[in-house]
Amino acid sequence: MLYNMHEQIELRQPASASWRRWLRWLGGYLAALVAVGGGVLLWGWLVEWQQYPPFILPSPARVWQKLGEMAFAGDLWRHIGATLAAIAGGLALGLGAAFSLGYLLGKHPRLERLTAPYIVASQSIPIVAIAPLVVIWLGSGLASKVAVTALITFFPALVATVVGIRSVDPDLVDLMRSLRATRGQILWKLELPAALPIVLGGLKLSVTLAVVGAVVGEFMGASAGLGYLINLGRGILDTPLMFVAIGLLVGIAQTLYLTVVLLESRLLRWQR
Amino acid sequence: MTPPIFVADSISKKFVDGRPLQALLPVSFQIEAGEIVCLVGASGSGKSTLLRIMGGLMASDGGAMWFAGQPHRAPNPAIGFVFQKTNLMPWRTVLQNILLPIEVQQKKVKSVDQDRARALLGAMGLDGFEEAYPRQLSGGMNQRVVLARTLLQQPRLLLMDEPFGQLDALTRERLNLELLRLQAAERMTIFMVTHSITEAVLLADRIFVLSERPGRLAEPVVVGLPRPRTLAMINTPAFGAVALRIRALIGEHGEREAEPTRSGF
Ligand SMILES: Nc1ncnc2c1ncn2[C@@H]1O[C@H](COP(=O)(O)OP(=O)(O)O)[C@@H](O)[C@H]1O
Ligand SMILES: [Mg+2]
Repeated sequence: MLYNMHEQIELRQPASASWRRWLRWLGGYLAALVAVGGGVLLWGWLVEWQQYPPFILPSPARVWQKLGEMAFAGDLWRHIGATLAAIAGGLALGLGAAFSLGYLLGKHPRLERLTAPYIVASQSIPIVAIAPLVVIWLGSGLASKVAVTALITFFPALVATVVGIRSVDPDLVDLMRSLRATRGQILWKLELPAALPIVLGGLKLSVTLAVVGAVVGEFMGASAGLGYLINLGRGILDTPLMFVAIGLLVGIAQTLYLTVVLLESRLLRWQR
Repeated sequence: MTPPIFVADSISKKFVDGRPLQALLPVSFQIEAGEIVCLVGASGSGKSTLLRIMGGLMASDGGAMWFAGQPHRAPNPAIGFVFQKTNLMPWRTVLQNILLPIEVQQKKVKSVDQDRARALLGAMGLDGFEEAYPRQLSGGMNQRVVLARTLLQQPRLLLMDEPFGQLDALTRERLNLELLRLQAAERMTIFMVTHSITEAVLLADRIFVLSERPGRLAEPVVVGLPRPRTLAMINTPAFGAVALRIRALIGEHGEREAEPTRSGF
């Protein structure tokens, strides 16, 4: 062909790249494992050395034993389930509201200027300060936990959506218009994929905050949940119980975060 | 003689958001079917504005347009548009990008369309790159993808806004020749904005010159060089003479813009 002589380009995908990426992934995985293992060892050694009583700082073995007891007694699952329900409900509500409002505000800057004072104000009040109010309004059941979680996940997702929609290349909008695309086609084929990288960035923040929201909600007088267990453990000086609950919360947050990371690497393959 | 494929009657544009700006004075012209018309003019003279109005992307302040004998206002699938900037969707592969117009207009991509798209890519020297993403290709290749995307719709009129402006001279010449070949094969009509006088003379049957802001059209220059055009023609006296006339026309209108440092007489 006429061109290829002058325009030889390499696709940036040499054969060994995927192999090397896999090695790097494995390396990162091992590093994380070593870090966690080292931390646990250090913790065990500290307890041994200082001879702390379990209500100050229980040993890893003690916490592990507590986890086993609770898992077999059957009560643990109910609490995990309650917290997961609050997180799931809060995320669904908070993200649903953030995506739809964010889309609207992204498309209509004037509307954003009108609502910005309220949105910023809602964010400058710490969530722990509103949570008691929410409990008064909605009671101490699942509804208030969902509401608190929704409130805290809302803002990062909203900002990311607004910025994401604003980042859509106006030339591509022109292209879609010149093709006489419908609004729905512009949304699905242009706006969503274009905003996705930024929205996923916001989502990473939102999912980790969702765990915070659920726990804050459960602190305000719930009868189940990992947050409730922490409160309970504090009351009866059952520190191993608190450690179990905290460990599980960290696990949930990690899982949520990694899910978004996985989603990112699936959906944004074109960026690499 | 067949009627003109495109007629513009006193179309103009004044931007009113912010400081009022008359970007385009009323202009009128005709484009014959099968001809190549190039539009040259200083930057800011309203070339892109005119093209966007012709494509139905922007409303004219007055006047009227006809395309293929019908009144024309809104975007029309039979009018292809190649924008100034390479506008591919970075998350779509080359093949997916090329099929976008078909997806949008027919809702479903048939295997016939796939085959046509692949054939077109092959004809444009892009075979093997169907599954590549735009960021993996050079600027010239991407602009060729844009061209393929537009051509797959088989437009009757192709509007192009400085399509090769960001490319190096070699790639640009090559794409010019390719465009001439395709235009002859597909019997397309092309209206192209360019800031290169050489490119305009090489491609065009007629050249429109837009004066500096606010834009006003001078009498079209008929190029009159034989077809097929070749790069060797660039060094002929006839080519030089046309280029000189264009330069003079731009100078007449756009002197201040072209040479901003010269003051007084
Ligand atoms: N949407 C717009 N709003 C206001 N002014 C604009 C807009 N688009 C273009 N202009 C102005 O109109 C003039 C002509 O622009 P344009 O048609 O892009 O010129 P050209 O393509 O010849 O360089 C310029 O001064 C530009 O700043
Ligand atoms: Mg322009």
